[in-house]
Amino acid sequence: MFKILKRKQLNDSVVLMVIDAPFIAKKALPGQFIIYRTDETGERIPLTISDYDREKGTITIVCQTVGGSTMKLAALNEGDSILDVVGPLGTATEYGEVKSVAVVGGGVGCAIAFPQAKALFNAGVDVQLIAGFRSKELVILEDEMNAVSTGFHLCTDDGSAGFHGFVTDKLRSLIEGGKHFDLVIAIGPVPMMKFVCKTTEPFGVKTLVSLNPIMIDGTGMCGCCRVTVDGVTRYACVDGPDFDGHKVDFDELMRRNSTYKEEEKAHVCRLTGGVR
Amino acid sequence: MAYKPNMQKTKTPVTEQEPAVRARNFKEVCLGYTEAEAMNEATRCLNCSTRPCVSGCPVSVRIPDFLAKIREGDFIGAYAIIRGTNSLPAVSGRVCPQERQCESKCVRGKKDEPVAIGRLERFCADYAMNHPDEAPKTEKPASNGHKVAVIGAGPAGLTCAGDLAKLGYEVTIFEAFHTAGGVLMYGIPEFRLPKAIVQHEIDGLKALGVNIMTNMVIGRVLSIDEIMSDGYEAVFVGSGAGLPRFMGIEGEGLVGVYSANEFLTRTNLMKAYLDEYDTPIKHGKVVAVVGGGNVAMDSARSAMRLGAEKVYIIYRRSMEELPARKEEVHHAIEEGIEFMLLTNPVKVTGSEDGRVTGIKCVKMQLGEPDASGRRSPSVIEGSEFDLDVDTVIMALGTSPNPLIHRTAPDIEADRRGCLIVNEETNRTTKVGVYAGGDAVTGAATVILAMGAGKKAAASIDDYLSGKNAD
Repeated sequence: MFKILKRKQLNDSVVLMVIDAPFIAKKALPGQFIIYRTDETGERIPLTISDYDREKGTITIVCQTVGGSTMKLAALNEGDSILDVVGPLGTATEYGEVKSVAVVGGGVGCAIAFPQAKALFNAGVDVQLIAGFRSKELVILEDEMNAVSTGFHLCTDDGSAGFHGFVTDKLRSLIEGGKHFDLVIAIGPVPMMKFVCKTTEPFGVKTLVSLNPIMIDGTGMCGCCRVTVDGVTRYACVDGPDFDGHKVDFDELMRRNSTYKEEEKAHVCRLTGGVR
Repeated sequence: MAYKPNMQKTKTPVTEQEPAVRARNFKEVCLGYTEAEAMNEATRCLNCSTRPCVSGCPVSVRIPDFLAKIREGDFIGAYAIIRGTNSLPAVSGRVCPQERQCESKCVRGKKDEPVAIGRLERFCADYAMNHPDEAPKTEKPASNGHKVAVIGAGPAGLTCAGDLAKLGYEVTIFEAFHTAGGVLMYGIPEFRLPKAIVQHEIDGLKALGVNIMTNMVIGRVLSIDEIMSDGYEAVFVGSGAGLPRFMGIEGEGLVGVYSANEFLTRTNLMKAYLDEYDTPIKHGKVVAVVGGGNVAMDSARSAMRLGAEKVYIIYRRSMEELPARKEEVHHAIEEGIEFMLLTNPVKVTGSEDGRVTGIKCVKMQLGEPDASGRRSPSVIEGSEFDLDVDTVIMALGTSPNPLIHRTAPDIEADRRGCLIVNEETNRTTKVGVYAGGDAVTGAATVILAMGAGKKAAASIDDYLSGKNAD
């Protein structure tokens, strides 16, 4: 059992939780993830580790309610426990020799962009953090992100806060304005990552993406999380979740991520008492 | 009075669920022998002096001795004999390929059917489970002060842990999943191996003092070196199957293409077949399973139970070469699975929105035997045809789990990723670290993994008791 030490609602659908998980906290690195199962009948759901405290033995996860299993997690309170948490899974992000990096987060993906920015910023790297949301009410972790970046660029689709436009617009304007990046890290919805890659490709800027395919075991056994990278089948749980974004088949990933759309509707109805 | 065997030519029949009924439920297919049936079958043993059956058993169960106990009606005594060398009798009695092991050596099998050793082993284990008052209480042996770590709570790890615990070692198993059991829990379906039985066997090991830590992915949360510096003097790696193989044909990324590992894990471990569990699975109407092993049979029969109207097994060789256990093939045929033999897929076809609509296959013919001794198949030109299906399950085997080797480079693996061990001792290239099961052999059987776990336990005992310090 893994106790929830702190729970904070970041916006209507996004919740942050600090969890007592000393083994995981000791080893976690940016880019790695955990898999949780709330209770005996629960699904195994992967979530990227948003932060960790090795001394206190805690990890932080940020979860957006998108379906039944994330609803179940979000319904838990401080003091409650999660039945299973396993990790850290996946390979930690390998940045290489970098001096200047753009970290691009979209929506709840900002919760994962945050530890990347933090690690780089603490290593003395120039970090331009571009964080995109649909509108002002959805903005999360603004102060935290601001604190771990040399330049922080908040963007909203509707212009209700910060720059009016998409993260790709902001990124392009920075590059075209003469800003040099050794690396771009993009974390967010699959379409956003796809378009960030399309934006950086003509400039030849290496772009890492953190993929979120459906998973079960997360240890290289079931093959559910396979993605096509450079024409080769790779497994996000052991080979990733980070991949060279210019080589990822995003369209296949989007299709595969929609596999259980129908089943998910029925699941949510069941949990909320709707008609199945 | 001298023993007079019963010369009944065929095995005593065992009650099974009717095929038409069981093909739609997940309850166990075979209901097992009654006491009278078991005693009758045990008298078919000739009690021959050469005991060839024992040599056919990877864990050397003293078969004629336990059969003798059954004949006396001492079922607990029979169970104790089995348990002496086999930590998981209720499991092996159900899933061993007996026709290639003990039963293949039975003298009765030369003229008639061999003694039904598997069914009898299962009978004893079930009897002991159902009569806990009669069974001798398991007690934790006195500790010998040595700590051993086991990685993976599958058949290899559980067997190794059980054997070491009996010798007084303090054993901790690190399991990556939330539940111990490995392939016995995630792979083999409920209708062939009820999970309550696996759990009972695991509880038996816990009673011996084995400590099981779930949610511990070794290689990530702890390295083998860290485990060894934490006071564990030896480590057994039984990390099991790894990444599934795909064919490398077009369309394997379509929605509706599963690896057998994924399909079975969703069904068995995550219980997707039960309404109250959250894990989803596609209930395909027309399902093609590619492959001919036990895993292919399990996938096909599970798909049928999930409500498929039609399930095909697509296999590139003929019935003769099917690697699956005979009983599983027989059961699959009874349940209406259609075997498309000498057939090989060349492409999975899909709709515009990326969902499986069919599978394109070619017919095959068999030539001369290849290196594996099996006749090698070749394509018959112009034989291409399409099969309409909405789900494809690839059951083509697996490569060993990559995590241990990737995170402990001093434990060497061959080019397929199989850990390299000394065949005599099961020791890896690292001192104090032993390995066995699918992590070493690639996809194989439960009993071979158990045999490897057993052998490694003996080697670890030799190593730690200083008999054979290396």
